[in-house]
Amino acid sequence: MKMPGSGLVKGLAVTMRTMSRRSVTAHYPDAMPELPPRSRGVIALIEENCTVCMLCARECPAWCIYIDSHKDVIPATTEGGKDKSRNVLDRFAIDFSICMYCSICVEACPFDALHWSPEFEYSELDIRDLVHEKDRLRDWMWTVPAPVALDEHAEPAKEIGVAQKAAERAAAAAEPQQ
Amino acid sequence: MTEVLADLGPVVLRVLVVVVAFLAVPLVVGQVEHKAMAHMQSRVGPMYAGGFHGWAQLVADGVKFVQKEDVVPSAADRTVFQIAPAVALLPYLVALLVVPIGPGLVGEDLDIGLFFVLAVMGVGVIGTLMGGWSSANKFSLLGGIRVAAQLMAYELPFVLAAASVAMAAGTLSLTGVVEAWRPWWLLWQGIAMVVFFVAGLAELQRPPFDMPLADAEIVFGPYTEYGGLRFALFILAEYAGIVVLSALTAVLFLGGWHGPFEDALGWLWTLVKTMLVAFLVVWVRVAYPRMREDQLQRFSWQGLVPLVLLQLAITAVGVVVQA
Repeated sequence: MKMPGSGLVKGLAVTMRTMSRRSVTAHYPDAMPELPPRSRGVIALIEENCTVCMLCARECPAWCIYIDSHKDVIPATTEGGKDKSRNVLDRFAIDFSICMYCSICVEACPFDALHWSPEFEYSELDIRDLVHEKDRLRDWMWTVPAPVALDEHAEPAKEIGVAQKAAERAAAAAEPQQ
Repeated sequence: MTEVLADLGPVVLRVLVVVVAFLAVPLVVGQVEHKAMAHMQSRVGPMYAGGFHGWAQLVADGVKFVQKEDVVPSAADRTVFQIAPAVALLPYLVALLVVPIGPGLVGEDLDIGLFFVLAVMGVGVIGTLMGGWSSANKFSLLGGIRVAAQLMAYELPFVLAAASVAMAAGTLSLTGVVEAWRPWWLLWQGIAMVVFFVAGLAELQRPPFDMPLADAEIVFGPYTEYGGLRFALFILAEYAGIVVLSALTAVLFLGGWHGPFEDALGWLWTLVKTMLVAFLVVWVRVAYPRMREDQLQRFSWQGLVPLVLLQLAITAVGVVVQA
């Protein structure tokens, strides 16, 4: 049989036990939080990788990516050859007041120009300052962590295999000459 | 003239000490509530004000309250509305005046100290009732009526529990009660002690008996229309009430200054016991949910009143056997 009033004692015991333990409060401004890998803080841009394919801007559900570009003509190097043209990025901006951090642009980018950085302290007093232009997006790149290590016994990334094969082929081509 | 001044000196000193204690101790209790409650809920509570673990949080709160605008609703009963916080606060100051800390260490040793304290504590509740009635706000009115109902229900067990210990000691003087107190009274007066503490909590409208305030349901009841300094005074009254209730429980039921080295450290024992009871007030607040209005009434009339009547019978038997 349950003692009458045992629930009252249990209530007191629970609160006292909690008081004797460390609190779970995160002391955020004093101590930075430990964020999980691949945290979505801010989007960083490697300008050099961008080919102005516009995939990110088109896939963005919030329409928060602005891209301006023009075509540069590279004159033909050989006589009678065809002139080449190249896309040059003039403006790349992300409006973080509209961005909903869905990560679709980062996934859509075929050239790994967009990356997630875990930095999250970029609030502004004026909402218009939340539009990050390309130099600011480039600066975020320095805060992007190295990719998470692969699982043990996992297949290495495709790019590594390709690079290794190329190196082997070059070595094989060099051998008979010796 | 000089004789009058010589008489006046110690009185002024005593009153000054009591006023300072009245202003300081509730702040300590408030800080204990902030921090203990936070840690009981696995938080840390205030951390910044004053630099070290937020010790000056309540001072900062006070400064903030003082800066606020003094608003009186146009439909309110202006005078009653404005003096209500004072009516709520002052009785506790007066009550503190007669609570003995050590042998001879008392603001004013009244022969009917117990009677006086109980009467005055009842007035404190009237202040809240006045605030509720004069605010011209339905939530305030609801809260005020709940205050009245609660006062009716809990004043009876409160007074009867105090009467039990007065019977046992054979005096109404608070100093006399402490002097007559013996450790085995903890058992003899045990029921009265519990009833006194619980009914006192209800009289202060402290959780779990805060149905009149119930901030989630009737937006702080009688305090709905109050802001700034007047609201701060109500809150101060609440904490002063805790101090008075804790001190009374310590003096009446826990033996006041009785303890090891009581000749030298008697006052410290009273303070320690008072703070322990005050901590219990906070602890109970964190542990238990608010009681519903009907549960509140039933708990008093069907629980506390019969219990304390039983205690009175036990006390009477004890007194007769001892005599």
